[in-house]
Amino acid sequence: MKVLVPVKRVVDYNVKVRVKADGTGVETANVKMSMNPFDEIAVEEAVRLKEKGVASEIVAVSAGPSAAQEQIRTALAMGADRGILVEHDGVLEPLAVAKILKAIVAKEGPQLVILGKQAIDDDMNATGQMLAALLGWGQGTFASKVEKDGESLKVTREVDGGLETVSLKLPAIVTTDLRLNEPRYASLPNIMKARKKPIETVKPADLGVDVTPRLTVLKVEEPPKRQAGKKVASVQELVEKLRTEAKVI
Amino acid sequence: MAVLVLADHKDGAVTQPTRSTVAAAGKLGEVHVLVAGEGAAAAAAAAAKLPGVAKVLTAEGGPVLAEPLAALLVALAPGYSHLLAPASAAGKNVMPRAAALLDVQVISDIAGVVDADTFVRPIYAGNAMATVKSADAKKVITVRAASFDPVPAEGGSAPVEAAPAAADPGLSTFLGAEIVKSERPELTAARIVISGGRAMGSAENFAIIEKVADKLGAAVGASRAAVDAGYAPNDMQVGQTGKIVAPDLYIAVGISGAIQHLAGMKDSKVIVAINKDEEAPIFQVADYGLVADLFKAVPELEAELSK
Ligand SMILES: Cc1cc2nc3c(=O)[nH]c(=O)nc-3n(C[C@H](O)[C@H](O)[C@H](O)COP(=O)(O)OP(=O)(O)OC[C@H]3O[C@@H](n4cnc5c(N)ncnc54)[C@H](O)[C@@H]3O)c2cc1C
Ligand SMILES: Nc1ncnc2c1ncn2[C@@H]1O[C@H](COP(=O)(O)O)[C@@H](O)[C@H]1O
Repeated sequence: MKVLVPVKRVVDYNVKVRVKADGTGVETANVKMSMNPFDEIAVEEAVRLKEKGVASEIVAVSAGPSAAQEQIRTALAMGADRGILVEHDGVLEPLAVAKILKAIVAKEGPQLVILGKQAIDDDMNATGQMLAALLGWGQGTFASKVEKDGESLKVTREVDGGLETVSLKLPAIVTTDLRLNEPRYASLPNIMKARKKPIETVKPADLGVDVTPRLTVLKVEEPPKRQAGKKVASVQELVEKLRTEAKVI
Repeated sequence: MAVLVLADHKDGAVTQPTRSTVAAAGKLGEVHVLVAGEGAAAAAAAAAKLPGVAKVLTAEGGPVLAEPLAALLVALAPGYSHLLAPASAAGKNVMPRAAALLDVQVISDIAGVVDADTFVRPIYAGNAMATVKSADAKKVITVRAASFDPVPAEGGSAPVEAAPAAADPGLSTFLGAEIVKSERPELTAARIVISGGRAMGSAENFAIIEKVADKLGAAVGASRAAVDAGYAPNDMQVGQTGKIVAPDLYIAVGISGAIQHLAGMKDSKVIVAINKDEEAPIFQVADYGLVADLFKAVPELEAELSK
């Protein structure tokens, strides 16, 4: 079966972002950009399914600026077969991305789409569920294990209280949690090979998708800053302070 | 128009994050609560007692699946201006699906209500707070429970009605669950949380933290590194991609203080850090820092609390 893997270009998870002085957003000029960590897990899972003979072809899709090609290249170096860049400068909310992906699904006909559970920039945790809704497919979100089981897919999910297992009719949507797998590093030869793999570029309008945002960002602020407190010398002093000063125990 | 809260419930009670969601919903209009799934009838009786709730709808059934539940929310949506749920695993699973069916952009994990269209939400692991205004006719929202004081569990007496039946699209089936049983309070509801990190070294070693937790009536949490290493179950992970907690007291043991971990606990009232590295970033947010080997300090802490 064909597998589609949407990958988002985001500020690298090691960067401590700074809010812009004018309160319009966060500073993204000259900061390191990477593939969203959950999407690396999604690509890895797709590649493992291919290695097991379950997946036949892996298509990586990114919606964003032309620089998002870098993240598609990373996916190709990890083992994806080809890429699609849906080029758009400006905000793309999960609903818009889901509509774009729905159009790509209509063209490509995958049996499975594996997304990250959450983009670490907007922290929305929504696109996979929204795409599943628009396609009328079943969803296995926050997956920590994915197994093909005849004509369906068995997905173990990380839920409140522990784990839950569901069976999804194919085609289906999966979103990845952190413990699904550990993504590989692309080897140098694979990075070289990835340069020759094709990336097709389209625009949202070519797909007939209106990406107008529904949310207007009125302002972006720093959260209240915590002051570092004091060091205590001993456990006795700690307990004493918690009892008499902080009064929390 | 009224607002609808989708409740999380367990053992015949609605969860504390649900009570926080009812508090957030109360700022938007008359609150109705939907209780769905296994044990819904008992939990609906509990929901009916929440102050400020005007009506409870029940849909008793098997384990909740996102697809039929989203269909039910869509069927109920015409009667409501806002649909809210706690930003729990359950809420995050179903609300974006319902939103897409309604052609609405979901507003995830709100930490503040400015007005009926405008909400505050954390982005970039809580390193920035965005105020966003929705242009959608209907709002579909998940609520960061730690940011809203829960309504009390008792005081109201709302009528309970059966929700209309919604068709199950039959896209998925429930196979089973492995739920960790614990006598300790829920992480997201506990007044005190003590968490262990990679430095715990093994699942067995978590016992020293559990002993302190039992002394304090605290919940036990963990860093991602501890969960990944198998020292603690996934359900205990605190952070950007785990649980968000804001207890009166948070004790971080052998946790370095990565931004993704801080994202889940930095709104706690009092933070204690025990770490052998005095340069560990966790000390930058700790009210009380103890530079010590945890294997010595934690048993000492337990002994001291017994005094
Ligand atoms: C996409 C993404 C999402 C993430 N989400 C989360 C999340 O939700 N929650 C989360 O926690 N992390 C998350 N992380 C991981 C995060 O970046 C850190 O890797 C993780 O929090 C580190 O865990 P730790 O502090 O236990 O381990 P370490 O960073 O290894 O720290 C261990 C600490 O223990 C101290 N120590 C060692 N031995 C002792 C001793 N004997 N006594 C006392 N102290 C000792 C050390 O000095 C050190 O400070 C995420 C990462 C990514 C990429
Ligand atoms: N612009 C995008 N391009 C490709 N994939 C995306 C994009 N935005 C979101 N996604 C996918 O949707 C997941 C969840 O994102 P979000 O709903 O924004 O938290 C990500 O991990 C990606 O797999």
